[in-house]
Amino acid sequence: MVAAAHDLAAVWATLEGVPDPEVPVLSVVELGIVRDVEVDADGRLTVSITPTYSGCPALQVIEHDIRDALARGGWPDARLRTVYSPVWTTDWIGADARRKLEAYGIAPPPGRAPRDSGRDDLVLLQRRVPPVACPYCGSHATTMRSVFGPTACKAVMYCDQCRQPFELFKAI
Amino acid sequence: MAPALDGPVQAALVQYLLRLGDDRLVLGHRLSEWCGHAPILEEDIALANIALDLVGQATLFLGLAGAAEAAGRDADALAYLREAIDFRNVLLAELPKGDFAFTIVRQFLFSVAAYYRLEGLATSSHGDLAGIAGKALKETRYHVRHSGEWVIRLGDGTSESHTRTQAALDALWRYTGEMFLADDVDATLVRAGVIPDLATAEPKWLAQVTGVIERATLAVPPSGYMQRGGRTGRHTEHLGIMLAEMQILQRSYPGAKW
Ligand SMILES: [Zn+2]
Repeated sequence: MVAAAHDLAAVWATLEGVPDPEVPVLSVVELGIVRDVEVDADGRLTVSITPTYSGCPALQVIEHDIRDALARGGWPDARLRTVYSPVWTTDWIGADARRKLEAYGIAPPPGRAPRDSGRDDLVLLQRRVPPVACPYCGSHATTMRSVFGPTACKAVMYCDQCRQPFELFKAI
Repeated sequence: MAPALDGPVQAALVQYLLRLGDDRLVLGHRLSEWCGHAPILEEDIALANIALDLVGQATLFLGLAGAAEAAGRDADALAYLREAIDFRNVLLAELPKGDFAFTIVRQFLFSVAAYYRLEGLATSSHGDLAGIAGKALKETRYHVRHSGEWVIRLGDGTSESHTRTQAALDALWRYTGEMFLADDVDATLVRAGVIPDLATAEPKWLAQVTGVIERATLAVPPSGYMQRGGRTGRHTEHLGIMLAEMQILQRSYPGAKW
């Protein structure tokens, strides 16, 4: 196969059809896990992906699902490359994807990811996070129950209005 | 991509990455011992999440160490097939988990030190090291906040929680100095421009830790003799026992997968 034979738009479309195993309402492209699609000098397709969290147990499933989708799409010899910079951030989750998360019952990341330089307020005690709207009733009367939730990317919230626990996609 | 490094620098890089990886592998394993045993459900989940972050970071750093070593060992081989004497973690990480106060205080002391080290390493000229450190930094920010808030709640809580937290701080303090020891490995990498000089990490750590200890109505232990040995493979008896449990499956059934 020669380089020109790859329809990169079709590759991206295929990858957009691969859901994240833990947040199946978003694709691995919408989450920003797929960083790049290119054709190497030898004519093979290379897809660059980046991990979300260091210990995310879903990463192996994601790699498998991407290979599988690429093979079915006609790119059985595609390479997967793991890249570490730039570092993955929830800032890459776009407006459409945020709406999908909310409709699915997961509050999208509140605000932009915190910056890591020259800070002296590492330990806050008060949860001075931007107000989070309950994905079920829209109320802002919500409190954080635990920064650490059922998966690495989520925190556990509680809505004082409709009295439902819900998940929040942490800003990172 | 990794820059081409000459022999001694490459060897120092392998050692440095083993230290980063082993600290996290050993501490992550210790934290995982709380799974199903933490005082409340949220805390069980939090400690398991932090353990997962640390073991994940260990996998990345050890994977990089294996690649730099170029001797055919991957992260699993380094984690499961080395003896205690070959581990390079600080002694602080391997001490038994103790009570909840001990686990939280250790996590706090370690996480703040890790935070300032990773902040520097995120600017490394080694692209993969910088990227992995940058990712770990974001995770560590959450670990610092979580453990720091607990130190304040426990220290400024009941007389029982205050007593236990002060006891943990007193017991752990003599293990903190080792986190900031810099030897030939560090100097070689700084000279070669691979990593920045991290001499400011210790005063930053002390300022941050002191602030939280004071808010927690606890006393900063007096400075004194500091334990060391982990970086050169001289460990406490606790590490061998931990590794026996952690490694038994791969030792008994080499290459087992499930
Ligand atoms: Zn609600």
